[in-house]
Amino acid sequence: MKPKKIMVRLALVLLVGATALAGGAPARAATQSDFEAAYRAAAEAERQAGALRNQWMPTEAALKAAEKAAAAKDYDAAVALARRAQALAEASIEQAKAQDQLWQNAVLK
Amino acid sequence: MKVAIAAIGRRAAAGGILLLALVLPPASAEQRIDPAADQRAFQTYFRQAFPDVALDDFANGPYAVDKDMRKQWEEIMQFPPYDFALEDGKKLFETPFKDGKTYADCFPQKGIGIRQNYPYFDRQTGEVVTLDLAINRCREKNGEKPLPYQVGDMAAIDAYMASTSRGKPFAIEIPDDARALAAYEEGKQFFYERRGQLNFSCASCHVQAAGKRLRGDILAPALGILASFPIYRSDWGSMGTVDRRFISCNEQVRSVAFKPEDELYRDLEYFLSYMSNGVAIAGPGTRP
Repeated sequence: MKPKKIMVRLALVLLVGATALAGGAPARAATQSDFEAAYRAAAEAERQAGALRNQWMPTEAALKAAEKAAAAKDYDAAVALARRAQALAEASIEQAKAQDQLWQNAVLK
Repeated sequence: MKVAIAAIGRRAAAGGILLLALVLPPASAEQRIDPAADQRAFQTYFRQAFPDVALDDFANGPYAVDKDMRKQWEEIMQFPPYDFALEDGKKLFETPFKDGKTYADCFPQKGIGIRQNYPYFDRQTGEVVTLDLAINRCREKNGEKPLPYQVGDMAAIDAYMASTSRGKPFAIEIPDDARALAAYEEGKQFFYERRGQLNFSCASCHVQAAGKRLRGDILAPALGILASFPIYRSDWGSMGTVDRRFISCNEQVRSVAFKPEDELYRDLEYFLSYMSNGVAIAGPGTRP
């Protein structure tokens, strides 16, 4: 076999393998326990935001929507919503911690 | 030689500062809190930003800083939309409780002409007391159920009591008490710190953008902002108290609001009212 053909076949094999690794393989559907773990993490982050007195309305909305999706046994959506709630809660915690110092920069002097 | 002498001098000065730092106690948080200086800076900022607005006119919020809105307001005021609440409030204020007592029995000067002194710091309980909180405590003391804080009868009684203080300047006192200073500082922090998903503080709208447009609204300056409360707000289609305004502001920036009369809201009201000392009470008022 000519070296050029070998190179082309090798490239094709690598391309197919990379495609499979990158997402060509079917994703596993989320389960109830996936949801419960994601929801626990989100609820804990929101609890911490509450302790800092800085919860956000969209976090609460995402938590409620996650519960609703889980009740309808749509665990893919429920996990995605719980993760969104966790990300929002973590952002509100970061905001509260940063603002605990930064507010002084805005004071009229 | 000169260099050597200068070096010795610098070392001596540094040593002196170090010694002072070791000998003197560090400035405590209370020592750094200076409400009077804050108030001067606050009022100076707004007087310079709006040089044509008289101090008392700041009580009128957006109507003080926008000519077109003022014209509309002057027409609205021919038949003030808060008049019904004012009438109801007077009746409620004068109606005896089941035990025969009235609100007048709970307040100094029988509750007439006292709005400008609220909120105050209660040295006995160590907390900030707003007029609305005092109204409900009066009810409870006389065996009545507390009223919901944001609307309805509370706003009506509040409106009547405010009306008896019209023209009297805010005269909030911050006693030389570490707890009062701490409450003031909590309110100040709440006013300036950003919150909610939209990352706004009270100051974002009512200091930095005061007098400017936020979509269709002209933002009221923070100076005197509580002097017209309670207000009839066209957006609400009804009367609302300070609590209602704080809660709706928080929700507008997508922050989970606190319960009415939460300690933080009371501290915020304390700070804002103190900043407005000298601005005459003009409540009840109207807003778009």
